[in-house]
Amino acid sequence: MNNVRLLSVENLNVEFSTSDGVVHAVNDVSFSVHSGKTLGIVGESGSGKSVTASSILKLNTGITASTSGSILFNGKNILGVDDKAIRAIRGSEIAMIFQDPLSALNPYYTIGSQIIEAYKVHHKGVKKKEARKIALEMLHRVGIPNPEARIDEYPHQFSGGMRQRIVIATALINSPKLLIADEPTTALDVTVQAQILDLMKDIQRENGMAIILITHDLGVVAETCDDVAVMYGGRIVEKASVQELFVTPTHPYSFGLLGAVRSLDNSARGELQTIAGSPPSLLNLPSGCSFLPRCSYADASRQQCASFVPPLQNVLPTNSLSACHLRAEALNVLKIKEPS
Amino acid sequence: MTSEVLLEGKELIKYFPHGSKGIFGKPDGFVQAVDGVNIILRKGQTLGIVGESGCGKSTLARVLTRLIDPTSGSIFLEGQDITKVNGKELQVLRRDIQMIFQDPYSSLNPRHSVGEIIATPMRIQKILPKGSEKLRVQELMELVGLNPEHYNRYPHEFSGGQRQRIGIARALALNPKVIVADEPVSALDVSIQAQILNLLEQLQHDLGLSYVFIAHDLSVVRHIADEVAVMYLGKVVELARPDALYSAPSHPYSKALLSAVPSATPRSSHMHSRIVLQGDVPSPINPPNGCRFAARCWKAKDSCIAQEPSLQSHGEIPDENVGLVACHFPEISN
Repeated sequence: MNNVRLLSVENLNVEFSTSDGVVHAVNDVSFSVHSGKTLGIVGESGSGKSVTASSILKLNTGITASTSGSILFNGKNILGVDDKAIRAIRGSEIAMIFQDPLSALNPYYTIGSQIIEAYKVHHKGVKKKEARKIALEMLHRVGIPNPEARIDEYPHQFSGGMRQRIVIATALINSPKLLIADEPTTALDVTVQAQILDLMKDIQRENGMAIILITHDLGVVAETCDDVAVMYGGRIVEKASVQELFVTPTHPYSFGLLGAVRSLDNSARGELQTIAGSPPSLLNLPSGCSFLPRCSYADASRQQCASFVPPLQNVLPTNSLSACHLRAEALNVLKIKEPS
Repeated sequence: MTSEVLLEGKELIKYFPHGSKGIFGKPDGFVQAVDGVNIILRKGQTLGIVGESGCGKSTLARVLTRLIDPTSGSIFLEGQDITKVNGKELQVLRRDIQMIFQDPYSSLNPRHSVGEIIATPMRIQKILPKGSEKLRVQELMELVGLNPEHYNRYPHEFSGGQRQRIGIARALALNPKVIVADEPVSALDVSIQAQILNLLEQLQHDLGLSYVFIAHDLSVVRHIADEVAVMYLGKVVELARPDALYSAPSHPYSKALLSAVPSATPRSSHMHSRIVLQGDVPSPINPPNGCRFAARCWKAKDSCIAQEPSLQSHGEIPDENVGLVACHFPEISN
């Protein structure tokens, strides 16, 4: 079951036309996800990570959005299927959970009816009693204490962590093959975050589903993911295994990001490592590397950096790919020290 | 720890009435948001307050700044009781204590230019700066790393990090003694967080400011604070210097909280030492008797429920490096 390539995204481009111009939210993004594995997509706000994820469920429709490229799920091109076919996939084969569990749940319906609805949509003609039984099992599985008593309660009667468990129960009720989690723990406290991440890992071990975890928190990535894609300005700038990314990052942006996090983790007071400047506007991306204005390594090859976008390529004798014109020696990859 | 006490809260209590029947009805109960907190901020230092949502850290900040009145207890600024100060006197007091807010989007008026936003505190206080108001504003903008030529721009023209700089410039406009920063970096991206933290430290160094710094992110507080108070359900459960707290937390809750923070080092040895707390934080409306953490604590015994532990030094010899803890069975550091 493991190591089957479940999803492969090739050359995905997503654009939105707005009154200010065309927003290039996702540019030439390619990655694949295997069963039983977790892919982390990290990046700062506006880096295109959420748009990438929602494209997988074909949620970026409407007249202002245009999507090109291919998204193959189980051999099917999702971008090519019609509305009816995509509705059959959403929530059954691919499920998604969102950041804010309160806005993901309808305040007017009991949590039970919302979970049962998700089940009945994909299991036409199932008996009410049976659906309720399955919902109860699922609530029990995600760690809601005393589910028989609580299934008929409303979302506001639950705490933030419990609500996210309910959202997870709804997402998992049809045993999806792929779970897309868009910042699932960002709205939660750290102790609750630990509970929710543990739960997702446990369920993955049991049923071998693949997870795409979108987050801005490198700590969460380090503890839960197998592979990571780092996004910046709508592009993937580095793709590596978790181990590789954290030990030998090869892109100056990953480098800066890790530095900023690590110097926070360090006990020593003193200047924190930062990345100067701010992220680029997706309305008019620079013609070359979009990280160039903030890059502190680009001096020697500036001409090259400014004129064309670097492709994702091998930099080190590992499997990690980096979209940078600079070679490994120039980046001095060994500079990051393990925190003591 | 020789510098003098600047701001002090003694036995601060803030209860909010909850669930009254009708407009004039008696409340059913009280949300015990802050319940008997003693806190001291020394001159030129930073006091960090950490805790999860609902632990009362923001309420404590608002009580300390006199934005809301405490139910009981008293607040002292430079030895003067400011708990009951009102009217004109309160307005003068506001010059000394300023605040920085969490959300740089909702804390700036979108219809006012940056110049107006930063000048507003001076206008309200009728303080005419030397030279012109515009000069002073531009000086402040430069101080926080903004381009003074952007004086006439509006908040929407700035990024999140720049907006937070505007909020900081506004807080500095009256030369305050204390700045209370309520989650000043939690709405920002990591690379921008570091920029703002560096700025706050730089300003503290240059202007001799004292900060009360509230955050749920433990690593941020560790970096900036001289002393850290860990809050749980309206009480301070541990008060210690950051190096002591982070290397050897004494209260079981502090230990669990620290262990829950995901570290940006993949699958290292600390993984198996992670303590995942069961259940949720109890409701502050009817907090449990005795130690409020007892129901979720792996060390709890009957005595924890029978008697509430007080915040005290647990070392054999009182030592400022060890700190204070409110626990009957604190973790023993070696």
